[in-house]
Amino acid sequence: MITLTVNGRKQSFHGAPFKRLIDVLRENFALTGTKEGCGEGECGACTVLLDGEPVNSCLIPVCQAEGRAVETVESLGAPEKLSKLQAGFLACGGAQCGICTPGMLMTARAHLKSGVRVDETSVREALSGNLCRCTGYQDIVKSVITAAKKK
Amino acid sequence: MRGDAKSMTVLSPRSAAEAVKAYAQAPAALPLAGGTDLMVAWNLGQWNGRAVLDLSRVAEWRTIKASAQGVLIGSLVTHSQIQAHPVLQKRFPLLVAACATVGAAQIQNRGTIGGNIANASPAGDTFPALAVYEATVRVIGPAGQRVVPIADIFAGVKKTTLKPGELIEAIFLPFVKTPTRGVFRKVGTRAAQAISKTMFAGLIWIGKDKKVTEARLSFGSLAPTVRRLHAAESFLRGRQLDPISINAAAELMTSDVSPIDDIRSTREYRLIVSRNLLVAFLKGEVK
Repeated sequence: MITLTVNGRKQSFHGAPFKRLIDVLRENFALTGTKEGCGEGECGACTVLLDGEPVNSCLIPVCQAEGRAVETVESLGAPEKLSKLQAGFLACGGAQCGICTPGMLMTARAHLKSGVRVDETSVREALSGNLCRCTGYQDIVKSVITAAKKK
Repeated sequence: MRGDAKSMTVLSPRSAAEAVKAYAQAPAALPLAGGTDLMVAWNLGQWNGRAVLDLSRVAEWRTIKASAQGVLIGSLVTHSQIQAHPVLQKRFPLLVAACATVGAAQIQNRGTIGGNIANASPAGDTFPALAVYEATVRVIGPAGQRVVPIADIFAGVKKTTLKPGELIEAIFLPFVKTPTRGVFRKVGTRAAQAISKTMFAGLIWIGKDKKVTEARLSFGSLAPTVRRLHAAESFLRGRQLDPISINAAAELMTSDVSPIDDIRSTREYRLIVSRNLLVAFLKGEVK
């Protein structure tokens, strides 16, 4: 049995220890907000936070998440009460087809919490491991900066 | 067939001693550190049915220790941890710069320096910096511990000189006198995520008489393994840097590197760009 904290709740997993974290989140914990893009660590669509740091959940066997804290996009906000980042993406058109959005949000969340000055350069660098196949980068960057400015 | 989790056996040692023992009992196991390379291949179904030696709980391999002689970096230290370490930032800036070019944040947060070495890609981003800092690799195995110079750890494309049952414990970087100039440059299709077409690391010490006291020059992605430019380095020692000596040093490059055409680039492009990098470094034009 593998225990881990997911979005603040203790969870146990009883299956194969080499199952990928993304599959455990989606199939065992019904957290389907996290999307699989490339499955090879290039696109960042499956980004979740592991002990606060952005990681590709397609490259992590769940045995390596034992005892650790995972945050997924479901931890951010609810439709009736969006988080600042989600509201920023909505206001600025930061989501087009939406596949990259959960990963963008989680990487952006880590960036906003990092204490690094939020400006266009730092946001672009922070998000450089998240690819948007609609190439909607301008508005994604704008969304993150807008969220950072909101009190 | 994609990766099949049920077909895998996971061994989870909790200490270095346990890791060596478990590896000796399961010599076909795949050592797993950050997984940024292994999991890509596994997702494609390449390693189904295998045992995996998950090293992530070997706590003693996760630390960075500075001493009077240098810095000992545990094999499981991530590229992010290296970038954040104050002594490494100050004394080994080329390694810090190299770690910042590995993939992007998600990869830097998982990928480890020991895993990078054990994977032995010709394009391993940390290798040219480790080569010019003359790092040594601390290895542990059934016969005990040994120390391998970075130049001797790679045997070829994706091949190391590690013996059966051996694992990388740490990488030691001896302190060097502050160089006159030091540069790391990676050339790829895109700044983030792209695998390099060529990579350069250079350190040079120039005396008061303007003559080169020592030059350490290294390229990655230009040969099956990382290379030092031994011919150019010894040519430059004791000479002043002027257009003629710089050109002559650049001419000597091909006695130590042998780039190929592959999916990322061509031999010709790699040689031209690498030569330009070397010349610009020697002229002091890249900082």
